[in-house]
Amino acid sequence: MKSGFSSDGSPVSRLVEAFHKLPGIGPKVAQRLTYHLLRAPEEEARALAEAILDVKEKIRLCSRCFNITDIDPCTFCGDEGRDRTMVCVVEKPLDLLAVERVGKYKGLYHVLHGALAPNEGVGPEGLKVKELLARLQGSPVREVILATNTSLEGETTAMYLQRVLSPLGIRVTRLARGLPFGADLEYADDLTLSTAIEGRQPV
Amino acid sequence: MPQPRVYETEAVVIRKMNLGEADRLLTLYTSSLGKVRAVAKGVRRPRSKLGGNVELLTCSRLMLARGRNLDIITQSQTIDSFMAMKTDLQRTSWGLYVAELVDRFTPERQASRALFELLLKTLNRLAGDGVGETALRYFELHLLELAGYRPQLSRCPGCNTELPLSCRLSFSPVAGGLLCMRCRAGEPEVVSLSADAIRMLGRLQDSDGEDVLKTGLSQALNA
Repeated sequence: MKSGFSSDGSPVSRLVEAFHKLPGIGPKVAQRLTYHLLRAPEEEARALAEAILDVKEKIRLCSRCFNITDIDPCTFCGDEGRDRTMVCVVEKPLDLLAVERVGKYKGLYHVLHGALAPNEGVGPEGLKVKELLARLQGSPVREVILATNTSLEGETTAMYLQRVLSPLGIRVTRLARGLPFGADLEYADDLTLSTAIEGRQPV
Repeated sequence: MPQPRVYETEAVVIRKMNLGEADRLLTLYTSSLGKVRAVAKGVRRPRSKLGGNVELLTCSRLMLARGRNLDIITQSQTIDSFMAMKTDLQRTSWGLYVAELVDRFTPERQASRALFELLLKTLNRLAGDGVGETALRYFELHLLELAGYRPQLSRCPGCNTELPLSCRLSFSPVAGGLLCMRCRAGEPEVVSLSADAIRMLGRLQDSDGEDVLKTGLSQALNA
């Protein structure tokens, strides 16, 4: 893609191109960021460069839950105060953060790093499923909560996990699906509405 | 005459890709325009009004606004979400296979009502209780036909002689059909098909497939 600069390999155009590769950053923003850094104090530029290198060098996956972490086991797996009889399975580290932000769940996590998507060539072996099974074997875990997305891929992944987990004799649950707060009933799609009716609760 | 800015069509979502923060780029197979790529804005947010209406393998009535490159989905209403298919792992993967084939076989914006109907029929069958694999074979044969590659099963595509029934023959993907003994000699890549298989392909090709679907391939052969 053209960035307004001819890619002559100069430091400035190299930085513009590097910014341009980031998601959501177009050629103009890439130029603005570059010129901001040119004028910024050296410490600021150095801090940014080091922070970038740090995430690449220090961040890895937790050997138990496969969340991104700089210590192994991660803060969730290492926290003795958390309920070790529950594991919440999510697709991405960002989903884990979303569940954690609510503050209602105090158990452990497991990050799959994706969802089953045969059309994109992602099968069970592309996810951390084997690792989940290995981890549950002989563990004190009594409940696995499937918190994958409610998309077709997420649902398929949940179905698949339910099938491979059932021989372990562990309770497998799925996050409730239904109407989101603040939504208009008339705009709810049929699938959401029908699961909402099926999953209705006494008030 | 200028085209209207918005249009309405029935469509099945055959492919999706995340776009930006909360949008999705969808590949639709529509009843009126064939394959169309369109953006569903904000669908990944829980409160999106498009939400489940534009999930993969869902047939919906959509309102689209023409964009410069990609059209934008403005309204949606589910017609059929093929629930029975989506609650079954095997049938879901068959459905995705069908969607992928449609995507690969079709150019953008070339309408084919027949293909749209074949797609709906196949998804309905996968959501029904018939034999799924038979529905897939039916779909493949008819997709080939609609794409202009109808396999020739009664006459040799090499010399146009009528083929003998009830004996093993070689199918050549390159020639596009079953070869007679003479033409077969020069063809390096052929698949040998039994007389029963040939009979079955013929039946799927020339019928609406309903009778075979009920019983499955092997039973239908013995009938």
